[in-house]
Amino acid sequence: MVQADQAQIYSQLTSIFHDLFDDDSIVLTPATTAEDVEGWDSFNHINLIVAVEAKFGIKFKTAELEELHNVGHLVQMIETKLAAKG
Amino acid sequence: MSKDLFWLPTNSAWSEGFAAARKLPAAEAAARLRELANCNIDFLQTVQMDRALQKIADAGRAEANASKPVRLALLGSSTLGHLAPAIRVAAYRRGLWVEIFEGEYGLYRQELEEAAGESSELRKFAPDVLLLAIDAQQATRGSAEDALHEMEACWELARRHLNCVVVQQTVLAVFPALLGNNEHQMADSPRTLVARINELLRPAAERAGVLLLALDVFAQQEGLRAWHDAALWHRSKQEVHPRVSHLYGEHVARLLASVRGRSYKALVLDLDNTLWGGVIGDDGLEGIVLGQGNAVGESFVAFQKYAKALAARGVVLAVCSKNDEVNAESPFAEHPEMVLKRGDIAAFVANWQDKATNLRVIAEQLNLGLDALVFVDDNPFERALVRQELPMVAVPEMPEDPADYIETVAAAGYFEATAVTEDDRKRSEQYQANAAREAAKTTATDLPGYLRSLEMKLIWRNFDRVGLSRIVQLINKTNQFNLTTRRYTEADVLAKMEQEKKSRALTLQLRLTDHFGDNGIISLLIGELDAERTLWMDSWLMSCRVLGRQVEEATLNLLAREAKAMGARAIGGVYLPTKKNGMVREHYGRLGFEKTEDNADGSSRWRLALENFVPHEVLMETVEGEQGHDGASRPGADLLATH
Repeated sequence: MVQADQAQIYSQLTSIFHDLFDDDSIVLTPATTAEDVEGWDSFNHINLIVAVEAKFGIKFKTAELEELHNVGHLVQMIETKLAAKG
Repeated sequence: MSKDLFWLPTNSAWSEGFAAARKLPAAEAAARLRELANCNIDFLQTVQMDRALQKIADAGRAEANASKPVRLALLGSSTLGHLAPAIRVAAYRRGLWVEIFEGEYGLYRQELEEAAGESSELRKFAPDVLLLAIDAQQATRGSAEDALHEMEACWELARRHLNCVVVQQTVLAVFPALLGNNEHQMADSPRTLVARINELLRPAAERAGVLLLALDVFAQQEGLRAWHDAALWHRSKQEVHPRVSHLYGEHVARLLASVRGRSYKALVLDLDNTLWGGVIGDDGLEGIVLGQGNAVGESFVAFQKYAKALAARGVVLAVCSKNDEVNAESPFAEHPEMVLKRGDIAAFVANWQDKATNLRVIAEQLNLGLDALVFVDDNPFERALVRQELPMVAVPEMPEDPADYIETVAAAGYFEATAVTEDDRKRSEQYQANAAREAAKTTATDLPGYLRSLEMKLIWRNFDRVGLSRIVQLINKTNQFNLTTRRYTEADVLAKMEQEKKSRALTLQLRLTDHFGDNGIISLLIGELDAERTLWMDSWLMSCRVLGRQVEEATLNLLAREAKAMGARAIGGVYLPTKKNGMVREHYGRLGFEKTEDNADGSSRWRLALENFVPHEVLMETVEGEQGHDGASRPGADLLATH
């Protein structure tokens, strides 16, 4: 995961979305928000974050999650954290 | 992602299997999903599983038909929604269907008060079980006594208005220490308070007939950091972290199973490499590893002690072993380090039949359902066979190190019980008496189907120098499946190999691989061609580990082909009896040889004409191995996979 580029992150993230929201037709774009995905409520949002943390081996700060606004932003944060891990 | 259900098998094709299962008709999907629930899955897979089950709820309820659905009310002071799917899936794993009523966030007390009225949703739900999950922040608002009184008041309301079983969760010690090691010196520290509440809670619950969900103990065992994360608490008021929700569900499901009388009741044990190290039939009483003075031997003793302690509190013990009965029983009677005695075993089945068949026999002898059995075996082949043939039998994935056996069986929580009665303590004896009266009956197992699924490959080579040390070791160690028990030195074996170069002898070493990995060299044959062109089998031996897998038939097919190629007209078989090789007395007869001599000393001679030999049908591929391959046994190594 050290050299993960954005495409890889999108692909792994998509698989989490498919599993979590039980919909294999979900296509993620940077602009995707909770509005666009059926079932992405506050409850599943927690599950999503926990799944992402586990899959990528990273941890989000509470403040970062407060300002999370779309998938593009999420991917950016994952990328930054993976880079920081080295 | 952490998958902490480590006693369940890991299924690398879980996602594919899950996707396929969901496309099946509901009834089949329900059965298949139960198998997939019995894999080591993480919380996300648990969420997926729950959703799939909810979509086929009627079929799921029917699949879990051994017991009527459990109606569980989940009330608490923090966010519990993420625990409901985990509870449902864990219960389904055990064949229980659970309907859950989730209380409104934080309103547990109010909802219990309101259950006095007919219009209460909780009352209308009519729970069988109420789980009261009070978080640490809530519990420590006052004194320990205040917390206990609050809980007792809730229990009383539940009893009065709902008349159901009450389960109280103990309090999780989420608070940091303020003093440290001597925290208990500070009575008003939150951490001391939690300890005090839990201390008061245990006897109070016992008096009130309330069951505990010992959250404090799980967190102690597995680490508080896994169970609780302050960030999650602040973000979503989840005291139990979603990533361990499937574990939480497991613990609740065990309690529910126990309440319904659906805990497992019998521990069925394999012998060789499960209760002692080594193979009793080959290694003998002196050779098996058991007892003090050896770390491995001590591990087996510890495991036996654990089994004995379970038996003393009501778990029935049985033995299911591929062995001659006399051999299997001898350590129980004669080995000084055996903790388990023959009298501790209520049903003792040792023979050469497949284990699924034998488990049916054991269930019948004990007069228990198959779904009451836990089967412990170190051999992945046997475990997989039983899982496929008898999915209702619990088969823990045993670790390679016997030192970890106890932890695995204990962590699985099969025998969850809420109290010990006098009956429990006597149960083992009762079962023993019953078993003695019952006669064995057998039912068919779909062995061919299983064997086919194993993708077995029999890889053969003539003896070679690379394999020499392993060949000599096997020749001198194999006692049971050994037709002549002739022992040879390296020089003897090299001499046979020289004969082979002159086409006067045939030597074969056979390796068996399957989808579990490589079983190593499992069989050796030495034949000598006489002037009449009969290839006399000087030696034929095989590891008992691969019995019942058609290796004998496949070997004969190979032998016949190679014998013909060297100009033989017939194969001659010799059986020389010893104390240990009774199991192969009829070996040649079973393979279609004609008996030509039957001697007073028990030895016999056999003949198979090659002219009309029709190869046996076998469910494996036979291939020639590569030159110079290392002949040493390397279990689990994925060797020759591409050959």
